Formats: sequence, C-alpha cells, structure tokens
Amino acid sequence: MKVLVAVKRVVDYAVKIRVKPDKSGVETQNVKMSMNPFCEIALEEALRIKEAGLASEVVAVSMGSAQCVDTLRTGLAMGADRGIHVEATGALYPLTVAKVLKALVEVEKPRLIIMGKQAIDDDCNQTGQMVAGLLGWPQGTFASKVLLDREKQLATVEREVDGGLETLCLDLPAVITTDLRLNQPRYATLPNIMKAKSKVIKKYTPQELNVEIKSDLEVIEVTEPPKRKAGVIVSSVDELIDKLKNEAHVI
Amino acid sequence: MYRFISSRSKFLSSKSSVSTVSLCNHLSNSTNSADNKSQSNPSTSLPKLSGSSYQTQNLNGSPYFRRFNQNLSFLASKSGCNWFPSSGYLPNCGISDGNRSIIRCFSVEPERESIEYDVVIVGAGPAGLSAAIRLKQLCQEKGADLSVCVVEKGAEVGAHIISGNVFEPRALDELLPQWKQEQAPISVPASSDKFWFLTKDRAYSLPSPFDNRGNYVISLSQLVRWMGVKAEEFGVEIYPGFAASEILYGANNSVIGIGTNDMGIAKDGSKKENFQRGVELKGRLTLFAEGCRGSLSEKIIKKYQLREKVNAQHQTYALGIKEVWEIDESKHNPGAILHTLGWPLDKKTYGGSFLYHMKDRQVSIGLVVALNYRNPYLSPYEEFQKLKHHPAIKPILEGGTVIQYGARTLNEGGIQSIPYPVFPGGAIIGCSAGFINVPKIKGTHTAMKSGMLAAEAAFGALHEGSNLELYWETLRNSWIWEELYKARNYRPAFEHGLIPGMAISALEHYILKGKSPFTLKHGKPDHEATDVAQLHSPIEYPKPDGVFSFDVPTSLHRSNTNHEHDQPAHLRLRDPKIPELVNLPEYAGPESRYCPARVYEYVPNEKSQLKLQINAQNCLHCKACDIKDPKQNIEWTVPEGGGGPGYSVM
Repeated sequence: MKVLVAVKRVVDYAVKIRVKPDKSGVETQNVKMSMNPFCEIALEEALRIKEAGLASEVVAVSMGSAQCVDTLRTGLAMGADRGIHVEATGALYPLTVAKVLKALVEVEKPRLIIMGKQAIDDDCNQTGQMVAGLLGWPQGTFASKVLLDREKQLATVEREVDGGLETLCLDLPAVITTDLRLNQPRYATLPNIMKAKSKVIKKYTPQELNVEIKSDLEVIEVTEPPKRKAGVIVSSVDELIDKLKNEAHVI
Repeated sequence: MYRFISSRSKFLSSKSSVSTVSLCNHLSNSTNSADNKSQSNPSTSLPKLSGSSYQTQNLNGSPYFRRFNQNLSFLASKSGCNWFPSSGYLPNCGISDGNRSIIRCFSVEPERESIEYDVVIVGAGPAGLSAAIRLKQLCQEKGADLSVCVVEKGAEVGAHIISGNVFEPRALDELLPQWKQEQAPISVPASSDKFWFLTKDRAYSLPSPFDNRGNYVISLSQLVRWMGVKAEEFGVEIYPGFAASEILYGANNSVIGIGTNDMGIAKDGSKKENFQRGVELKGRLTLFAEGCRGSLSEKIIKKYQLREKVNAQHQTYALGIKEVWEIDESKHNPGAILHTLGWPLDKKTYGGSFLYHMKDRQVSIGLVVALNYRNPYLSPYEEFQKLKHHPAIKPILEGGTVIQYGARTLNEGGIQSIPYPVFPGGAIIGCSAGFINVPKIKGTHTAMKSGMLAAEAAFGALHEGSNLELYWETLRNSWIWEELYKARNYRPAFEHGLIPGMAISALEHYILKGKSPFTLKHGKPDHEATDVAQLHSPIEYPKPDGVFSFDVPTSLHRSNTNHEHDQPAHLRLRDPKIPELVNLPEYAGPESRYCPARVYEYVPNEKSQLKLQINAQNCLHCKACDIKDPKQNIEWTVPEGGGGPGYSVM
C-alpha cells in the first residue's frame, strides 16, 4: 500500500516574523524556512505505518519554488522513499494545491493520503478537506490517533474536536490530516541525511498535470495586529459606566 | 565475583566513575534483555552488599564485570573526562542512588555509526568554510580527491554568526577572487569613519585611528551563508543542526574525529521516543573552527598544553551585544562607520560601541565590553541600553525598529595569547585560536586566512606526505602575524586605565607605528579580575522605555533563539554548591548580570532562600559564563544540534 504525504515549506516556527514595508506580505527573504510542523507529524505517522509493515512505500510531495527540494530532502532523510516536487512560482492557495494533489493521486494511486491539518503560515486548514472532496474520499481530520486495518482496508481515526474526542472509521482510500498530539517526529540522523542525497525526487510542472495555477483570492494588504493599548484605571463605577457607554459603545 | 565487589567499591569512591555509572541509568532499557541472558544468580553469594535491587537483579558476576569494564573503557577511550557529565546532567541520580544505578548500567549502549572523511571541520563559520573551500580548490588544482565534512551546531549555516562587521576583503580576494561577480553579499563600501569620545551628554569628535578605505560594511551572517553555498558547489558536505560534543581519541593519544550529540534525551536523562544516537565523524585530520572559546577547542588546548608550548599568555575576552535596526530613510547613510569610547563605560572598564550603516535602511549598533571588568554589578546588556539613549546616538535610531538582537564573546588577547595551533590529528583555526586584530576591531579576514593556511598544510600532510606542523610556520610567515604583531600593545595598554591606554595607543599608532621594542602583557585572567561585591555598590539602571531600550525577554525574542525544551541543561556546574556559597555572597551573583540572555537567575525557593535557576533554553551560545564565572564553575557544553539563536542579518 502506498502512502502519499504532502509537506509544505514554511517560515520556521521559532522565527520572529515581520511584515514587509510595502505591506504585501510577510518578510521571507533571509529568513529561516523549514518543514511545517504538522507536516512533520504527518510524515512521522506515515513512516510508523510503513515500519509496522502496513505500507510498502511512503512518497513525499511538495509544491512551490526550487527551494522546496530542501524540505523534501529533509523528508527523505526522515525516511520517505521517494519525493515529488511540483515546481510552481507565485502564490499557491489551498484549492490549487488540492487540484494538483488530485492529479498526482491519479498518477501515483496511493491508498492513503496523510497531511498536516494546517500550515503555520496561512493557517488555512482547507487543503486536506478539499482533496478529500475532489477525490470523493472519506476524511479524518485533526487526527490524534490512527489505526490501520489492512485486511479490512479501513482506518480508525480518533479526532480532536471542540467537544472532545470523536472516533471515526474510514474505508480506504482516505485522507487523514494530523494534529499536534498524534506523535513526536523523529530526528533526521546524519547517516540518513547522507543516504537521502541519492533518493529520487521527481519533478513535475502544473501543466504536465493539467492543472491551472490560478486563484480566486487576492491578498490586498497584510498588517501587524494592532498593539495592545494600555489599560485605564477608573476611579468610580459611574466613570466605568460612562466609559462603557460613550467610549466603548457596548452598553 | 569478589573481584567484582572490590571493583564496585572502587568505582563508588571515584567521583567520575559514579557519574558515568549514573549516566548509564538511561541505558536501563537494554539492561533487561542482557539480564535475561545471564545464567547464575549470585545474589545469594553477595548478601552483604547494600541496595536491595542488587538481590533482585539476575547478575552473572564475571561477564557483567567484564562488560561493565568494557563499557567504561569504551567510554573512557572516546574522550577522557569530557564524557562524564557533571551533576547538572542527571539530577535524579544522586550518589546515594549509586547502587541501583550501577546495576542497571550493565548493558552495552548500541554502537554509534561511524562515518569516515579525510578532513572533518567543526564549525561552519568564516574560518571553517574557508578551510573547506581551500581544500577543495587544492584538490581541483592537484587532481586529488579528499572528502571534506563540516558540522555546524546552528540550525543552518550562518544562524550562529554575529559580528559588527566592517569587512576587509583581503582574505576573500585570495580565496574567491571572483566574489563580486558571484554576487557575494558585499555591496556597501565604507564611506566615512567617525570616532567619538562620549560623556553623559556630549560627544567629542576625535581623529579616527581607523582607515577603512577599501573595506565594506556587511552582515557576516549573510556572507557566511553565501560561503556555505560556494563550499557546497565545491563538493564540501555541510551538515547544519549537528553539534560536535565529543572528541574522539585514537592510539597515540591523537585526535581521530568527533562525535555528535545524542538527540532526544529528556531533561531527566531518560530517552524520549525520538531518541537518536549521535554519530562518529572520523577524519584523518580534524580542524576545530568553533569560534571564540570553542567548547571542544578549549579542551584540546588544555589537553595538549598548547599555550605552554609557545609560552603564550592566557586569552582575554570581551562581550559584544548587538542589534540590527531598520531606521528612517533620512537618517540612513550607507557605508557610514562610527566608533565610540567612553560613556557609558567608566575609566576602568575597557570597551566601546559601534554603529555601522548597511544597506536596506539597516544599521548595526552594538557595545563591546571587555570581560576583565571589576565591578560585579556591571551589566553589559544594560550599559548597551543606556548607550542608545545618548543624545548623539538616539536621533539616528528615532523612528526605527529593531530587527534582530544577539550577543557573542570575542578574543582580545592578540598575538600574546595565540596557542600553538597544531595537535596530533588536527589543528585549531579562526577565533578558537584567536586571530582578532583588536585595535582594528577586525578578525574575519585573519580567521579566513588561518583557515586557508591550515587547509594548505592539511592538504600537504594528507596528499604529499608533509607535516601539519607546517601550518604554524606558514602562520608566522603570513600577513596575519605581521598585522597582529603591529597591533599587540594597544589592548594591554588599557590595563593601566582609559587615559594611559589612549596615550600609549596614540604613541603606538602615530609615532612608533608598530615598531615598539616592548611587548606589553595582559593583566589577570578575566574571571579573576572581578572584585568582591563589597568593594562596589549596585548600579541603578534605568527602566527600558520600549522604544529605544528594551528588557531582556523582548530582546531575546528578537534573536530567534530556540532550544528543544525537554533536554538536559547544557550549562553544567562543576560543583552545584558554588553559586550559593561563593557567587552569591561574595560576588552578588554576577552571572545574573553579565548573561545577555537571562539564563541565570537567583530566585527565592519555598524557604525564601535565593537559589540559582538556569534557564538553559534562553542561551545565545555567547560563552560569557564559561569565561567570566569567578570560580570557573560554569561549563558551557553544546546542547542538541539545531538549537540556539537564529541570526540572519547579524
């Protein structure tokens, strides 16, 4: 059984980000980039499934500029067997990514797609769900536990939802998106990083997959959240009511 | 079996062995499988031994003894006392627990994977990368093929690089003459050179002793990143995110390589689920390019007595604290260079500030404070915050924002403190040996040149059968030596105070022009220079205003520092009682003031006694604590690779 894992190259979570002076986005020049933490968790889960003998191959996919290859190499160093890089410049929004993944699924024919629940740069939390919708596959999102049954070809997914934990049973092929508590990703060891250099990364372009890179969304402006204003200490209840009524307009 | 008993008590009495033994506690997982293989149960024959767990374990006396011995010699052969962690590592395994711990230790830790190279370089900084590139160039020229590996503890190349920096391209011109065409990030030529003497309210312009024509104002972190890309193009293997924590010794007491950290160890010493054993990188030659006060380099210098070999003095240091600001367009003057002396530091404290204008409206501003300062109440960080409020400095920063913050120690010893840089199995290059030209405040070009010279000597030793000792010869015949010789008296002159120092420096610079017949000596080592707190009074530092001056946590956030939280503290106390017994009462806990990352804090415990708390995850890897601790009780060891600051424009 083949497992496809989609990974994204994002600004490292420990970096303090700044908004570009022209407000068109976040400064990404000369800033440390790494694999999205949720994608790392997804890849770790796929590797564990393979180590348990339930999968034959783990393929890592990434889309974007040429530097995405670095992220794929990290994935290969962690243990993925092959990598696929879809070269695309410009902004990639979830629906486009989902369409590309659908095209890749038709080529690779995996039984399971595992992805991070969201990327830490855009926090969209849409791609996994859209892929499942386009393919017509069942989805188990925010997974905090995954159990595969190969004979019955189903996956039992425990999801973290607002109300608690929900357990779903999905027929394969399915899409699973991972949440934080699913596992602790492994370190890529030095010998594995060296071996990863010889693993194959196949390149595609969106044209080859018959997907058009376009978007119905346009980012107009990016600004920092407003700085918290200092609080005001009021001297009496009347003053408080006055402020709530006339300044904050809440009563 | 009796042999076993006696050796056990011998081990109990020697402190280092107990530490080893307690280290083995986390190997307990593998013990059980080893236990099951044993046949006889000697518990009945050893009833007198204390520790109930001794009886419960199945122990086969002699084979276990042999394996324990093997374990110990296996560990000892690797690195001597370097391997035994001091008590900070495993707080749970107290000596009293020794009995239990010893028993559980009887397993052989899975052998580390060993990878071999011709040359292993520790540290991907200017010196390390220059050496790597030069080696590969020589291979191309002479038709050889040497494998070169560079390990770097930062998460990426350049992440731990911080420097002023006004760059003299002399060494780069020799190494990569096409640097301009290959788009090195060197684009802002030095345009003006100002030198001010500051008092609290005024700035007096002095004739500039510097001549920076032909130099460039750069971000060294950016340059090193570019050099990393170039090195990889030459075929150098660079592995960021891996910390060399251990020196490997072979026969004849020579260095055969380094070992990287085990990753995935929890704070209490146990293995986490993502535990990964480190690897051994063995090199026919190993070059140490760890920067100032490199943790492994210091061990090498001590072990092979490299300073005694050439009658070198001890090294002296300074702490540099720096911020990069993005300022108002109208205030920005690319290439402008400013140095100051005087305020906020007093006449007895050597140091000064710098302000360099880079491109993209960015300026580097920082304060360098020599670490032989006397007043234990001095906080270099707070002095830096004060500096920014000076009426001549503040207007430049007005309307700007801070982009990054960082700190690092630097060498001030000059030629007097350079150790013999060659040892059996390798050499030390760059700031780990100490090639900074202190009066010029430049060390990048000499570090790079030292890397190149070491590479040439290494190539000769590996490919042409000559000796690595040639490195020392070529060093002394190179422009590094000439330059450092001329610059040798400036810094030691300030031992006598600010005014005498300036007077002697003026004498050196304008009259003697480096031909002085004398060589001044350094004063006391930095850690001995601190006075007891009684002789001074606490300094009242102004509160940060959040616009020009900031508190440490805010600044730290801007350094992008991050460490895996659940790991043992990498700052080890050789004797855990010293902070409360000596540092606090005698010196008023200076580490809580000189550390630019607030790693050390004295907090009251439940009994309202002040105890030292070590916030190791804040660490900027500056090494100030390793240098300045009065009793040299703090040992900086390297944490899990990939942690530490994330400098990108420093």
